[in-house]
Amino acid sequence: MSLTSSDVTRIAHLARIEVTESEARQTLEQLNGIFRLIEQLQAVDTTGIEPMSHPLGGSQRLREDRVSDKPDRDANMKNAPASQDGLFLVPRVIE
Amino acid sequence: MFEKSVAELGRALSARQVSAVELAQLYLARIDRHRDLNAFLDVRPEVTLAQACAADARIARGDATPLTGVPIAHKDIFVTREFASTASSRMLKGYMSPFDAAVVEKLGDAGMVTLGKLNCDEFAMGSSNENSYYGNVLNPWDKSAVPGGSSGGSAAAVAARIAPAATATDTGGSIREPAAFSGITGIKPTYGRASRWGMIAFASSLDQAGIMTSSAQDAALIFNGMLGFDARDSTSVERAGEDYTRSLESGVKGLRLGVPKEFFGEGLQPDVEKAVREALAEYVRQGARLVEISLPNAALGIPVYYVIAPAECSSNLSRFDGVRYGHRAAQYGDLEDMIKKSRAEGFGAEPRRRILIGAYVLSHGYYDAYYLQAQKVRRIIADEFQQAFGQCDIIAGPVTTSVAFGFGEKAADPVAMYLSDLYTIPGSLAGIPGMSIPCGFGAKNRPVGLQLMANYFEEAKLLGVAHQYQLATDWHKRIPGGFQ
Repeated sequence: MSLTSSDVTRIAHLARIEVTESEARQTLEQLNGIFRLIEQLQAVDTTGIEPMSHPLGGSQRLREDRVSDKPDRDANMKNAPASQDGLFLVPRVIE
Repeated sequence: MFEKSVAELGRALSARQVSAVELAQLYLARIDRHRDLNAFLDVRPEVTLAQACAADARIARGDATPLTGVPIAHKDIFVTREFASTASSRMLKGYMSPFDAAVVEKLGDAGMVTLGKLNCDEFAMGSSNENSYYGNVLNPWDKSAVPGGSSGGSAAAVAARIAPAATATDTGGSIREPAAFSGITGIKPTYGRASRWGMIAFASSLDQAGIMTSSAQDAALIFNGMLGFDARDSTSVERAGEDYTRSLESGVKGLRLGVPKEFFGEGLQPDVEKAVREALAEYVRQGARLVEISLPNAALGIPVYYVIAPAECSSNLSRFDGVRYGHRAAQYGDLEDMIKKSRAEGFGAEPRRRILIGAYVLSHGYYDAYYLQAQKVRRIIADEFQQAFGQCDIIAGPVTTSVAFGFGEKAADPVAMYLSDLYTIPGSLAGIPGMSIPCGFGAKNRPVGLQLMANYFEEAKLLGVAHQYQLATDWHKRIPGGFQ
């Protein structure tokens, strides 16, 4: 498998990262090198093998569905790039 | 004082031979004197000294732990209330966390005094610390060499004795590789032993916190205060607390040391092989027996890792959108443009690369062929470790193929850089504990590490085996020139 420069542009859009045409071309070569490395996995016979999503297996621990945390709104918002009256500011999305 | 171990510092503090404030001042002065290493990203003497004062008061009250008043520094992947938390990224420049990471909190509860935050590869992605937005960290043994990564600042700080201990994190080798390159002791516990709460996430099924110190004994002492169940981390393991120092004095007579033949194949440099084989011979002198074992698919660890880690990273790093915290571009049009520009500017080249790979392998039509296939091969590798542990008690071999390389040698070729973690990634994929201890010097007089790995939850045994080697050798006591 080999990516094209338009694949890079498409993935970059999926990942919401802006890339210029020249960056896409530059990244392409490196990404293809990495994909050549990853390709080795296709040759492995994994018939009947369960995917391993967690080293120790088991199921996700759940807790009772109740409020256990009292967020401090001011403390949590002090790193916001733009805020007003306890709200995060972003460009207008609804006309 | 700075050449003393954590254990010795703890004893000196409880005997009132030194105060926590005096110790903090001594280390802060050393940090300042060796600023050229670029190991620290944030140092706030007023915060450190206030913590030291509180530790002295606690010692005076008589309710100190063996760690109270001992200084420690934290990798800048752990969030802290009193120091900036950046993950060495432009994305989080100046970020002040509203809470402390669980590991920071637990070590603080034990009375340890924070010296500051340590440089690392951006979002812990890298093997040389060359991916930090805030510049390279120098290797104290040879300033033209990398300290290793991603926990390069932690490794350099401990090697230079500008901190007696440092927290670190391992996803594919980010504790063992820099420990080897910088000639110190580094250990990652079993996945799930240390809480990931407040540890800035990279690849959640692999990320695990550990510790860097000058000896295995010190690591065991700190593990006693650092590990344990945390309900706030859904992958934290529910097990009773234990004393990680309990096996330090157990000898290695009769111990079966498994030596994976695949770790001594093509690519292993002769200088590293020589030092590692001499370390194995020391264990034989002490009564251990070497057993040849095989991990046939260990080399597939790298392709497996470079599917799973980028996939999980692309998911974890999607939270950085320039809305709630983190970098926001100065100029933008609509909301989507704001997010795209903020992420393009805020992330460096390596996180961007991994996010793109991850987005691709998770995208429609590729999930089964890449992510699911990688998870299946991951299980094959993990199962091979279980077969190996049927024949041996501890696995031993090299940490890296070579000693530390120079700046720029691999920076332009991501694949060459990725191969640095050939021997460390398999253990990370399995989730077993692993460590690196210094075992000599190779080319250009740069340090060599011996890797030791144990089965799940056998950290105490692992630390004991490492300690027995350190009782008979003095590599771990060597201090680089210019730092004595």
